[in-house]
Amino acid sequence: MRDDVVILGAAETEEVGRLPETSTLELHVQSARRALADAGLGLHQIDGIATVSTGGPGPVAVAHALGITPTYVDGTSVGGSSFLFHVRHAVAAIRAGHATAVLITHGESGRSRVGAAPWARQPDSSMAQFEMPYGVLGPPTTFTIPALRFLQETGNTLEHLAEVAVAQRRWSSRNSRAMYRDEVTVDEVLGARMVAWPFTLLMCCLVTDGGGALVVTSREFAEAHGSDLPLVNVAGTGEAATTPMVSQMEDMSTCRQFTLSSQAAFREAGMGPSDIDHLMIYDAFAHVPLYGLEDMGFVGRGESGAFVAEGNTSPGGSLPMNTNGGGLSYTHTGMYGMFAIQESVRQLRGQAEAQVDDVETSLVLGNGGMFMSAATLVLTRG
Amino acid sequence: MPITDTKPRADVADRFVPKASPETRPFWDGTAAGELRIQSCTDCDRPFFYPRSSCPRCGGEALEWITCSGRASLYSYVISQRPAPGFEPPTVIAVVELEEGPRMMTNIVGVPPEPQFLPLDLPLQVTFEQRGDLAIPVFEPSESEVAR
Repeated sequence: MRDDVVILGAAETEEVGRLPETSTLELHVQSARRALADAGLGLHQIDGIATVSTGGPGPVAVAHALGITPTYVDGTSVGGSSFLFHVRHAVAAIRAGHATAVLITHGESGRSRVGAAPWARQPDSSMAQFEMPYGVLGPPTTFTIPALRFLQETGNTLEHLAEVAVAQRRWSSRNSRAMYRDEVTVDEVLGARMVAWPFTLLMCCLVTDGGGALVVTSREFAEAHGSDLPLVNVAGTGEAATTPMVSQMEDMSTCRQFTLSSQAAFREAGMGPSDIDHLMIYDAFAHVPLYGLEDMGFVGRGESGAFVAEGNTSPGGSLPMNTNGGGLSYTHTGMYGMFAIQESVRQLRGQAEAQVDDVETSLVLGNGGMFMSAATLVLTRG
Repeated sequence: MPITDTKPRADVADRFVPKASPETRPFWDGTAAGELRIQSCTDCDRPFFYPRSSCPRCGGEALEWITCSGRASLYSYVISQRPAPGFEPPTVIAVVELEEGPRMMTNIVGVPPEPQFLPLDLPLQVTFEQRGDLAIPVFEPSESEVAR
């Protein structure tokens, strides 16, 4: 495991949820300012910028608004896992000497759509020709399609989908910033308003406004300039992408990029699933954590549903997962990956509201698009 | 079991109409002729979907268009309750596996949009829905299934 690159600063916007008075750009800027303050750094100490937002400002606009003139720029845009990719690329850039301190920002007015372009339709794109004609309306009607095949092939059940939502509420009930905090039962999840059978409203992520930012730098630089908080070591990273169209997944009972990106991250960290104390899996919908647990090897094939139902991922369980409440209950701006990283950093620093004891290692699995791309970070304390 | 068409045809005019691109034009010419045409690689003899200019398996550029049987099976789906323009929910948004192997997104029509009528692997047959100047491939339970 290499320990030469660290996360020095991490912060979310002061509030997440409904922020109709704040533009997309301002969400980037506010989270960046807070992350810089967290890192104890000034603008002049940042030489790298990485960002993306759906229909919003890119890295140059964010850097300029902040007053940074970057000499390393990354605008990799692969959906909600983009920020995990940005961390991976920043690690490589820092090791290569292309950057010293990289600021990674996210801001999205996902709910209020302030300062963001409307959702675009290009009627001659592949997706427009071969998916959009069928009455699809975004992720709730497309990301969800693989689930029935997954359940049939793995032996997991509809109740297991509901158990994921139940477990997430156990965590969000401990998080004062979470949008939904009331604990729910399996029957309540299954009985909630139907969105796209078999998915009820409580199996679908929130739609919120918010932002977050990270400062990634060398250990050497961090120790010379940094804060008193524990450093978070980027021990291993991985990335992969398969198809922009969910209908073209090779096998809907498994997500290949989850496996590929996590294998790369584990290999680099010199670790395996049994070494991980705390887990964040991008939970845009209730089936995604089940794929993640199985595809990363935390459980065997077909075992994820029972693993969650038995309480292993819940408070007090053997593998605390999505401890902020996740995209299902905490917040989901449209690009949730930044918030998953933030919670891992908080847990490793001992700063989380629902703090788990003795978190030395945390893994973040990010998803992008509708099972389109994925990236994995293995983070360690110190 | 009576088969009912739950899609009011009057709404079809409001549904999204895609636009063909140069490399997909033969596909849409096919649907206009009542045929489902996909590409196959003459090097590795493997059909694929969606249309593109080289084989996603071997990279070969020697491609031919083949006409599918139109038979498929239900691979996975949701029953959407969301009101997309021109659709009266519930709408079955599905991915089907063509007899030739490739999969495509589609709607399942000609069957009540309820899970008990939509078991995975249900045999299906293509049919076409005229929309603007394009014919959109959709699928219904195959005749043998209806007769059962």
